Amino acid sequence: MQAQARPAEFAPWNDPNETPLIRFDGVTKRFGNFTAIDDIDLAIHRKEFFALLGPSGCGKTTLMRMLAGFEAPTEGQITIGGKDMAGIPPNKREVNMMFQSYALFPHLTIWDNIAFGLKRSDMAKDQIAARVDEMLRLTRLERFSKRKPHQISGGQRQRVALARSLAKAPKLLLLDEPLGALDKKLRQDTQFELMDIQEKTETTFVIVTHDQEEAMTVASRVAVMDNGKIIQVDTPPRIYESPNSVYVADFIGDVNLITGTAQLGQGGAALLTWAEGQPEIIGTAGEGLSASAPATFAIRPEKVNISESRPECVNNVVRGKIHDIAYLGNISTYHVELPDGQIIKAQTANNRRLSQRMYTWEDEVYLSWTDTAGLVLAG
Amino acid sequence: MRRFTWFNATSLSLGFAFLYIPMIILIVYSFNSSRLVTVWAGFSTRWYGELIQNEAFLDAAWVTLRVAFVSSCIATVLGTMAAYVLVRGGRFMGRTLFSGMIYAPLVMPEVITGLSLLLLFISIGLDRGVFTIILAHTTFSMCYVSVVVSSRLVSFDRSVEEAALDLGCTPFDAFKSVTLPIIAPAVISGWLLAFTLSLDDLVIASFTAGPSATTLPIKIFSSVRLGVSPEINALSTILISLVTIGVVTASLVSKRRIVQARRDEQMAEQTA
Amino acid sequence: MNLGRRTLIGIPYLWLLLLFLVPFGIILKISLSDIALAIPPYTPTLDLSEGWQGIRSFFAALDFENYIFLTEDDLYWRAYLSSLKIAFISTLLALAVGFPIAYGMANAASEWRPTLMMLVILPFWTSFLIRVYAWIGILSNEGFLNQFLLWTGIISEPLQIMNTPTAVYIGIVYTYLPFMILPIYATLERMDESLLEAAEDLGCSRSSAFWLITVPLSKSGVIAGCFLVFIPALGEFVIPSLLGGSGTLMIGKVLWEEFFNNRDWPVASAVAIILLLILVIPIILFQKNQEKEQEVDA
Repeated sequence: MQAQARPAEFAPWNDPNETPLIRFDGVTKRFGNFTAIDDIDLAIHRKEFFALLGPSGCGKTTLMRMLAGFEAPTEGQITIGGKDMAGIPPNKREVNMMFQSYALFPHLTIWDNIAFGLKRSDMAKDQIAARVDEMLRLTRLERFSKRKPHQISGGQRQRVALARSLAKAPKLLLLDEPLGALDKKLRQDTQFELMDIQEKTETTFVIVTHDQEEAMTVASRVAVMDNGKIIQVDTPPRIYESPNSVYVADFIGDVNLITGTAQLGQGGAALLTWAEGQPEIIGTAGEGLSASAPATFAIRPEKVNISESRPECVNNVVRGKIHDIAYLGNISTYHVELPDGQIIKAQTANNRRLSQRMYTWEDEVYLSWTDTAGLVLAG
Repeated sequence: MRRFTWFNATSLSLGFAFLYIPMIILIVYSFNSSRLVTVWAGFSTRWYGELIQNEAFLDAAWVTLRVAFVSSCIATVLGTMAAYVLVRGGRFMGRTLFSGMIYAPLVMPEVITGLSLLLLFISIGLDRGVFTIILAHTTFSMCYVSVVVSSRLVSFDRSVEEAALDLGCTPFDAFKSVTLPIIAPAVISGWLLAFTLSLDDLVIASFTAGPSATTLPIKIFSSVRLGVSPEINALSTILISLVTIGVVTASLVSKRRIVQARRDEQMAEQTA
Repeated sequence: MNLGRRTLIGIPYLWLLLLFLVPFGIILKISLSDIALAIPPYTPTLDLSEGWQGIRSFFAALDFENYIFLTEDDLYWRAYLSSLKIAFISTLLALAVGFPIAYGMANAASEWRPTLMMLVILPFWTSFLIRVYAWIGILSNEGFLNQFLLWTGIISEPLQIMNTPTAVYIGIVYTYLPFMILPIYATLERMDESLLEAAEDLGCSRSSAFWLITVPLSKSGVIAGCFLVFIPALGEFVIPSLLGGSGTLMIGKVLWEEFFNNRDWPVASAVAIILLLILVIPIILFQKNQEKEQEVDA
């Protein structure tokens, strides 16, 4: 469970000698009676690709707008590069933002859009031209430089917005749902392009998204937010494999949740009593789990085995009837109904072409998983 | 987050003061008891009494209302037809000329429209009077109606009409039972616009009215030329009040409709 | 083409042909005729009973005398120029007054905007004549403005505003202000707020964001508003005749007087034709502006 998305050497958040680029210290933001951000502490490091993930209204956009300078915190302090940002307007910050709507200036050409920020600085004219051309090359837009924003496609507009916000070589680039307006196929291609550009330019990226797949793909670390609070900050594999709460487990990916009462076992294991007459479930104990308290067992469908006969040498086995089958091409998901009516999903990879389905509706099957496959989480 | 600053507040208050102070002065001084219109001499409704007894004004008002009513009704029918032809009519011979004739009267100076119609009526030997004013007003207000209606026609989803045809309507049925109800608000505001334009018109009416017919604006104009008079202040107050009541009611009704629609939607979502 | 469609197109078409296009032909024809002491007071009249011969002699008698007359008498030149000048200055003034109002409306809280809209439209529904009339009582020598200024002690003698071009400027700005405000408001209102944020994010101050983003993006609304004021102001009759007195020369007034007072129909028609020729240019420019905007929207 020490797996990491990036080459193992890039983990400045684990290095106590690194000073983070951005710090939030006890930041709260209220709009009237509504608390958008509730006492947040957060540190983001240089060259990180940091994702703020959460449902709409969770405060992620407000957090980003405070970094850009469009909103001021009600309480607490934000520092960028060690400097307190209070009272510094957006135009005086070395932070640029890529807007969700792209906010391209419709009356200016692509070239002038990209040059817009550079012209506000005291850069020489020929340097501006060189920088704009460099940006056009980086985003493969050379051919469109003379066009107006309404004369290019959505994907190209997205790249113009990116080029424009990168042109000033900001310390920090903020991306507000940058791929939200693109269709799925284009979005996947663009995700890799974004990562590529982030690595080339060595800029710190902070991305806001509600799409967990996108966050998992691009980010070095993900902050999962809910109701103005950060629930968990970690690398994508750790967020997926060791969520610290039921909320995170449920929000990221597909999960089976079984509620019951926890008993602590030996060596970080836990037991869950969940139904009359059923054996206890054995799993890994989650953070802050206490004995005899209500708990939830969380297990990913792909970690649940499905078999016709009762498997040997496994502690966690339940029996059920196949209720539904979802065939997705690469994988199949079986919805299995337990005797108490609960549905457990089990996923198998379809690694043989046109193999006959092994199971069909109403089949009686056994579901099983190893002792460490699932987590017993408090709550 | 919009940027409402002291600058916006000042420009709005000064702007609306400029728009409304002249009318407010007019209304206040219509209750002045003195004939000297710029000196306040106490409250009185005397001028309203005199106005009601002034038969010339009443006659003119009656002529104006008749002209406005008839011309706006014809203009609404013709303008709606024209809008439908322009938006849904497809290609036909002389379409460019047709749309040109719809838009030209909107920008034509009134003196020219008036003059040209007068010369037409004279050369075909038509006696001038209420009838010729109606013809003239219908002609220019149908263009306004057609602009208002066609903007609504352009914005609504054509597939609704196609669905009606698909479900077995004849084109006329489809227009009557689907298109017309949808564009009805635009048709009504077109009618109102035509009606007020006709009520308001001085120049074209002056050209096309013969000695036998005098409209209220012609009457007002000839007496205003002699200077400010308290009867005209009283008359203006009545007209301004009528318009204000009309516009405020209309906007309240439309606001209520929007609020109601929103509430219905919420209800539907909750019960769903 | 079926009968229904034919009548649908035919009725409004015929109406406009008869009551809009034909009258134009008549104006054009009379502008080429001579004044006469007759009924109608011009010659020649077309006499179809003489057949082909009648048509030929009719065309032979037409000439450009009236137009030549217009160029010779400097009254007309001055009237056209003065109309252009008054319309131009009033348009600029209306822009200066209208833009801040439209800007204020677009930046007001959204629940306020319908009310503000209604307040701008309300005067538009009120009688034009009455709105001009209201200014007589304000601008005259004993009027409210002079009374107020005398009372504050800013002036010791009443100002002569009535019967000067200034009064006409005020009248035009006042009556046509809604036409300036509404198109500008429409462009400002649908402008994406994030464009200004993007400009600030890229290093603009608030005021430079206004000049670099807001102003260029409201261009089409400003142009539309300017034409909507300029075009009717050019041929305006009521305002100069009520507020301008004999001190202001405007072509609409000249045409009226030529027709009603001098009964010179041929010259009045020629005046109208030239006014139309002058108007063609701004009208075409206006049309271009509208088309361009529609293209951008689409």
